[in-house]
Amino acid sequence: MNVIALLTQGLEIIVAVAAAPLFLGWINQCRAWLQNRSAPSVLQPYRTIQKLFNKDAVIAANSSALFRVAPYIVFGAMTLAAAIIPSMGTRLPFTAAADAIALVGLLATARVFMALAAMDSGTAFGTLGARREMMVGFLAEPALLMVIFVASLISATTSLPAISEHLTTEAIGLYPSLAFTAVAFTMVLLAENGRIPIDNPATHLELTMIHEAMLLEYSARHLALMEWAAALKLFNYACIGFALFLPWGIAAGAAAPNALLLAIPVLAVKLVLAGSGLALIETVSAKLRVFRAPEFLATAFLFAVLGLLVHLLLGA
Amino acid sequence: MMGMSSLSTCLALLAGWIVIGIAGLARPMSVRFAGRALFLAGALCGAGLALVSLWALNAPPEQAVLPIGLPDLPFHLRLDALSAVFLLLLGVTSVGTSVFGAGYFRAGEGTAPGLLCLQYHVFLASMGFVLIANDAYAFMFAWEIMALASYFLVTTQHRIAEIRRAGFLYLLIAHLGALGILLCFGVLQGGHWEMTFDAMRALRLGPQWATCAFLLAFFGFGAKAGLVPLHVWLPEAHPAAPSPVSALMSAVMLKMALYGILRVSFDLIGAPLWWWGLIALGVGLFSALYGVVFAAAQTDMKRLLAYSSIENIGIACAGLGLALVFAGLGMASLAALAVIAMLYHCLNHALMKSLLFLGTGAVLHATGQRNLGKLGGLMRYMPWTAWLTLIGALAIASLPPLNGFVSEWLLLQAFLFTDQIPRTFINMLLPLGAAVVALSAALAAYVMVKFYGVIFLGVPREGTLVRAHDCGRLERFGLAWLAAGCVLLGLLPVQVIARLNAAAILLVGTGLGEHGQRWWLLAPLTQGRASYGPIAFFVGVLSIVLLTALVVRLFYHGRVRFSLPWDCGFGQLDARMQDSAEGFGQPVRHVFQPFFRIERELPSAFDNAPKYRVIVTDRVWYALYEPLVGLVRRAANGVAWLQQGRVTTYLLYGFVTLLVLLGVVLA
Repeated sequence: MNVIALLTQGLEIIVAVAAAPLFLGWINQCRAWLQNRSAPSVLQPYRTIQKLFNKDAVIAANSSALFRVAPYIVFGAMTLAAAIIPSMGTRLPFTAAADAIALVGLLATARVFMALAAMDSGTAFGTLGARREMMVGFLAEPALLMVIFVASLISATTSLPAISEHLTTEAIGLYPSLAFTAVAFTMVLLAENGRIPIDNPATHLELTMIHEAMLLEYSARHLALMEWAAALKLFNYACIGFALFLPWGIAAGAAAPNALLLAIPVLAVKLVLAGSGLALIETVSAKLRVFRAPEFLATAFLFAVLGLLVHLLLGA
Repeated sequence: MMGMSSLSTCLALLAGWIVIGIAGLARPMSVRFAGRALFLAGALCGAGLALVSLWALNAPPEQAVLPIGLPDLPFHLRLDALSAVFLLLLGVTSVGTSVFGAGYFRAGEGTAPGLLCLQYHVFLASMGFVLIANDAYAFMFAWEIMALASYFLVTTQHRIAEIRRAGFLYLLIAHLGALGILLCFGVLQGGHWEMTFDAMRALRLGPQWATCAFLLAFFGFGAKAGLVPLHVWLPEAHPAAPSPVSALMSAVMLKMALYGILRVSFDLIGAPLWWWGLIALGVGLFSALYGVVFAAAQTDMKRLLAYSSIENIGIACAGLGLALVFAGLGMASLAALAVIAMLYHCLNHALMKSLLFLGTGAVLHATGQRNLGKLGGLMRYMPWTAWLTLIGALAIASLPPLNGFVSEWLLLQAFLFTDQIPRTFINMLLPLGAAVVALSAALAAYVMVKFYGVIFLGVPREGTLVRAHDCGRLERFGLAWLAAGCVLLGLLPVQVIARLNAAAILLVGTGLGEHGQRWWLLAPLTQGRASYGPIAFFVGVLSIVLLTALVVRLFYHGRVRFSLPWDCGFGQLDARMQDSAEGFGQPVRHVFQPFFRIERELPSAFDNAPKYRVIVTDRVWYALYEPLVGLVRRAANGVAWLQQGRVTTYLLYGFVTLLVLLGVVLA
C-alpha cells in the first residue's frame, strides 16, 4: 500500500462524489437538445442540491428514526461503491475488502434502505414506490450478477480492478461474450437508475413513477442526499460499464502519476460519450408500462446468459 | 476440560436438559417456576453445549458406548467435527430461544407450562442425541423422539382444529421420511446386520447399492428438511407452534436433516458419485426459488417465515449438491469450499431465522395478531423488538456486512468454478445455478422489505396497535443474543471458517486454504482471485456515513419541522391506503404466476360493500398430494370390501388361507 495507491483511492472517491451531479446535468442537457427544448445549465443539479440543503426539513410526524438515517446510509453506500469501482486506476487498496459480488450487495443494501424508508411514512405512494423498486431490483440483480460472472469467468477473478486489468492487458480485447453482456448491462443500467423505459426521472405521474414515489416524503437536506446518491449511482453504473467493457485508459498496475493524470481526461471523454448515448436511448424509446418491466429485464437476463454460454462454448 | 472428555460433558449437558424437563412436571401449572427457573437453566446447558462443541471442533473424534436400550443393543456415541458444528448451532441457538422462552410463555395458552417445559427440553436433548448417535438404532431412536416431541409442541394449542390438522400432516410426512431413513440404513449395513456407523463406514457398497442408499436418505431427510415437493407440512406446522418452538424447528430441526444427508453421503457411504450432486443441486435450487416466491405471497407473518425457511434450506441443499459434484469428481479443495459455504449458511440461517421467529413472537404477544394486514407502525411502540429484528431481516436478505452475505458470497464463488468440471454440457449448465441463487437472494430482500415494512413501518393498520408494548427484559436478551450472533458471523468470517475447516476435512479430506488471508480479510481461494473484508467494509460505510452527517451538520442548519405526510390534497389519507400484504406481494404473484394457484373474488362496480379477496395456494398440493390421497382412499375402500362383518366370511378366509398354505408347502 503505497502513497500513489492511497492517492488514487482518494481521488476516485472525490471525483465520483464531485462529478456525479455534473454527469447528470450533462445527460439532462443532451436530452433537452435532442428533444428541441432549451437546455438547462449543466450545473443545474448542483444548484438544486445547494438549494435543498438550505431549506427546512419537513418530516412526516409518524415516521421513525429509520426515515432520517436512510439518506445518510444510501449516500454512504453509493460513495463506498465509488471506492470499489476502478474508474481511473486499478491499484485501489480498498478493493481487497470488497469484490464485485460485494459491490452488488452494497447496491442492494442501499436499495433496501431506500425502500424501507419509503414505507416508513405510511403513505400510499411510498409503499407503491417501494414495492416497484424492489420488483425492479429482484429482476435486475441476477442479470447484473450474470454480467459480472461472465467477466469473472474470463479473467478468473471477482475483483473488479483485476478484471479490468486483465481485459486491458489481453492482446485482443474483443470478446463476443462481452458484446452480449454489454447489451444486458445497458438494460440493467437503465432499469436500476430509473431511466426510460422503466421509469421516467422527469415526471411525477403516479401511474408510472418508481424512484420519485419513494422520495415523495423527503425534503431539504435529506432529499438533497437522496438526489445526490441517485446521481452517484448513475455515475457508478457508468464506471462499472467502463471497467468491464471499455477498460482502456484506466491506469493499470503500479501506475505512475502521469498515467493517472491521463486517466482523468479519458474518463471525462468516456462519460461525455456515455451520457449522450444514454440521452439518445432515452429520447428514442418510450416508457413501458410497469408490468412490461419484467419482460424488459428478463431480456437483459437472457442476454447475460447468452454471453455466458458463448463464453463457455467458444472460450472467448 | 477438567479431566472430562468432551463427549461425556456433552452427554451430561444433554441429560441436564432432560432433568430440567422432568423437573417441570413438579409444578406443572406454575409459569414462574418453569419460565424463570427452568428455561434459564436450560439456556445455561445450551451455552455449555456451545462451549464444549467449540472445544470438540478441533479435537480428534471421541467414541463411547452407553449401556442403555435393548439388551445386547447399546447406544454407540461419537463426537466428531461434523457433529460438533451442528451441536454448536444447537447450543448457540437454544441459548437465544430459551432465554426468550423464559419470558415468553404465559399461562392459559394451551398446554400447561410444566408439560411444555418437558416437551421443549426433550426436543432439545433429542436433537443433541441425533448428532452424537453412532449407530442406526440410537440414531432412529433419537430421531423419532425428536419428531414426537416436536409434534406435541406443534399441537400446543390443540383445541384449534387447524392446528391438530397441521400436526397430523407433520407427523405423517415425518414418518414417511423416517421410513426412508430406516430403509437407507438397511441398505447401508450391506447384509452383515452390523448397525453401527463404524461398520457402515468400513463397508464399501457397489455403485448401485450406494445410489440406492443415497436416494433413500435424500428422500427421508429431505422430507424432514422440507425440500419441495415434501415441503407441504412446513408452512402449516412451523407457524402453529409457539414462537420459540417455531424458531427451534426452523432454525435447528431442519438442519438435523441436512446433517443426516451429509453424514450418510460423505461419511457413511464414503465415496459419493458426482451425479448425486446434480439431484441435490436441482432439488435445492428449485426449493429455494419456490420457497421465496411463496414467501412473497404470504399474508401471515409466521407462514412467510416458514416459506423463507424452505428457501434457505434449498440454498444449503444446493451447496451440498455442489460439494457432492466436486467431491465425486475428485476436486477436493472446491468441494471443501462448497461444504463450508453450506455449513456457514446453516449456522447463519439458524441465527437469523430464530431471531425473526422470536421477533414475530414478541409482536404476537403485544398485538395478538399474526395477520400482516392488521399490523403496521410497530417501530414506535416496540423499538427494541423492531431494531433487533431489523438486523435479522437485513441478514437474511443477504446484505453485507451481515452474515447472510458471507455464505452467499462463498456459494457464488463455488459456482464460479463449475466451468472447470471435466464434463461438457454439465459445466455449462451449472454456472446458471448461480443465477438462481442470485435471484433467490434478491427475492429474499423483497420478502424482507415486505415483512419488515408491513409489520414495523408505516401507520398502524388497526386502532388497537397503539397499545402494543415492547417485550420484556429476558425476551430482549434472547433477541439481542441472536442479533449479536448475526453480526459476529458477518464480521469475522475468517475465524468462523477456521473452525468449520475441521468438518470440511472430515467430509472431503481437505479444508480451505489461506492465500494471503489475514484476520480481517477472507481470501479462501487462489491468490488474487477473490477477497472480502467485512470489517473494513463496515468501517468504510460507517465512516462515510458519519463524515457526511458531520459535514451536513457543520455547514447547514439542522432545522426540522414535523407535519402530516403529503396527501396530494386529498385530505383523507388513512392507514388502509398503505400497501397491504397482498398488495405488496402482487408483483411477485404476477411475475411468477405459473407457481401459484390463485382464487380471486372481485367486487362488481355496483357493490355497496365491496369485498376483494385473493387466496393463493400451493399447486403441489393439488397436483401431487390430492391425487395421492384419493388413491389411498380408493385402496382403503377396496380393502374395506373384505371386511364383511360376518363370522362365516372370516372363517372362509381362514379356510382359504389354510388351503393355499398347504398347497405351497406340499408343492
